Amino acid sequence: MSAGMVIIGAGECGTRAAFALREMGYDGTVTLVGAEAHLPYERPPLSKDAMVASETPSIKAISDAARLSEHRIDLLGASSATSIDRANRSIRLSDGSDLDYDKLLVATGATPRMLTLPGLGARCVYLRTFDDALAIRGYLRAGAHIAIIGGGFIGLELAASARKLGADVTVIEAQPRILMRGVPAEIAAVVHEAHAAEGVDFICGNGIAAVNDDGTSVRIALASGRAVAADLAIIGIGAIPVTALAETAGLTLNNGIAVDAQLRTSDPNIFAAGDCCSFPLAVYGGRRVRLEAWRSAQEHGALAARNMLGADEVHAGVPWFWSDQYGLSLQIAGLPDEGEHTIRRDLDDGAFILFHLKHDGRLVAASGIGPGNAVARDIRLAEMLIARSAHPDIDALAAPSVKLKSLLAA
Amino acid sequence: MSDWIEACAADDIDEEDVIRFDHAGRTFALYRSPEDEFFATDGLCTHEQIHLSQGLVMGDIIECPKHNGRFNYKTGAARGAPVCVNLRTYPVKVDAGKVFVQLG
Ligand SMILES: Cc1cc2nc3c(=O)[nH]c(=O)nc-3n(C[C@H](O)[C@H](O)[C@H](O)COP(=O)(O)OP(=O)(O)OC[C@H]3O[C@@H](n4cnc5c(N)ncnc54)[C@H](O)[C@@H]3O)c2cc1C
Ligand code: FES
Repeated sequence: MSAGMVIIGAGECGTRAAFALREMGYDGTVTLVGAEAHLPYERPPLSKDAMVASETPSIKAISDAARLSEHRIDLLGASSATSIDRANRSIRLSDGSDLDYDKLLVATGATPRMLTLPGLGARCVYLRTFDDALAIRGYLRAGAHIAIIGGGFIGLELAASARKLGADVTVIEAQPRILMRGVPAEIAAVVHEAHAAEGVDFICGNGIAAVNDDGTSVRIALASGRAVAADLAIIGIGAIPVTALAETAGLTLNNGIAVDAQLRTSDPNIFAAGDCCSFPLAVYGGRRVRLEAWRSAQEHGALAARNMLGADEVHAGVPWFWSDQYGLSLQIAGLPDEGEHTIRRDLDDGAFILFHLKHDGRLVAASGIGPGNAVARDIRLAEMLIARSAHPDIDALAAPSVKLKSLLAA
Repeated sequence: MSDWIEACAADDIDEEDVIRFDHAGRTFALYRSPEDEFFATDGLCTHEQIHLSQGLVMGDIIECPKHNGRFNYKTGAARGAPVCVNLRTYPVKVDAGKVFVQLG
């Protein structure tokens, strides 16, 4: 009897992989091992809607229990994999039992990067899980003062949510501006202005000298000598891949678990996907990247599932990311740092798109921001152009009257 | 049998495109396929309450602008993560250059 497919990590990627195995017609056992006690759930709402919901938020489940059982996916919740025995193709679980596999998928995700300073305590928190979100939510109310350490997406989305709930917010960013990593300055400026207009206080280009958390409040001393006092400090300084299990098992690491274009690790029976892995991005000539993006995690899960069943398919996608803050939505297709020059397209209501091109005119990324979903359609079309390595006409890109769809046909 | 409601002129919708149509407190999406046929579905994505009319039509697929969930707008069938609940569809007819929908 075959041992079946085992997936470690019941997040966006692992759960998607489990369903994809069934969609591909796989008939053996599918076991999804998840350290968290909840049904698999979506993380993006944790910094957005779940934070501002008037009632106590509940998880937004990726799948309810009925759909899991209908697809014969065995979810082992509140259960961690503690080791991988590659020679015998089995994993050990936190309850001491062993589980054999034919093919294994490691989809262990990422975890917040810790601020390594003395003086941190109970009022210094991170956001990755639903339980983290519930804890933070208890502090976000009118009159509270929230310090956000790190001007990245999660910190800024939390800043917006905290303002909506009436809390005072100070964002502390060591870099000269917010969203330094991966977001063009023109777009970051729009985000900055939106927060400033809502009353968020920014301290950029200023490192933290010391933190003092006495259990009821936090005092953050900055390198400049200024100090910020807060009821809660939320630390959002990036995430690191969860690799301990893979590392102990002797799998090759390289900014996460290193996989090939088919998402296979250095062991042919083990795949890794989602936020925990780095992989070669074909659209940029094999540049190795690790993404922390929701749709990529889904696409990875589905691709890993097909390849666990022997499809030998390579990753051909373009990274895509969105963030919502106040009424604004930002979307980025591709990695803007691949671009060498930029063409701007202005849409209605202040929305705009930046197209990032190589010197030879090849479109490599597009980033846009605007109210609601104003930039969505053009970003999606740009993504398709990027996937085709298109060299679109730059006058057409700049002219909102020219439908991008017409460039696809060209 | 409910009435046929006049929604718009056929020319208001480009080929392989979608527009929003609000009626009696409800919101719908009207589509014109590449084969020049007309279709109607509920206006909001079943993942979160997002207007599909800002999404992208490709062949017989409407892709949600928010997280790229997909539906076949001819049948309403959910066609890809994160959407798993189908869209409701409504009968459409075109008469003398006008699009009519039957909103049951
Ligand atoms: C607050 C927040 C907001 C976000 N907003 C956006 C957004 O707006 N747009 C966007 O594109 N992306 C967003 N993201 C990123 C997106 O959620 C992630 O890219 C996605 O969740 C990655 O999926 P994953 O399955 O790889 O990892 P995860 O979702 O992290 O899942 C991994 C799971 O594996 C479990 N696990 C780890 N080790 C073990 C083990 N040894 N045994 C068993 N289980 C284990 C973990 O507990 C976890 O549940 C956001 C993330 C967060 C935290
Ligand atoms: S709201 Fe439509 S896919 Fe999420």
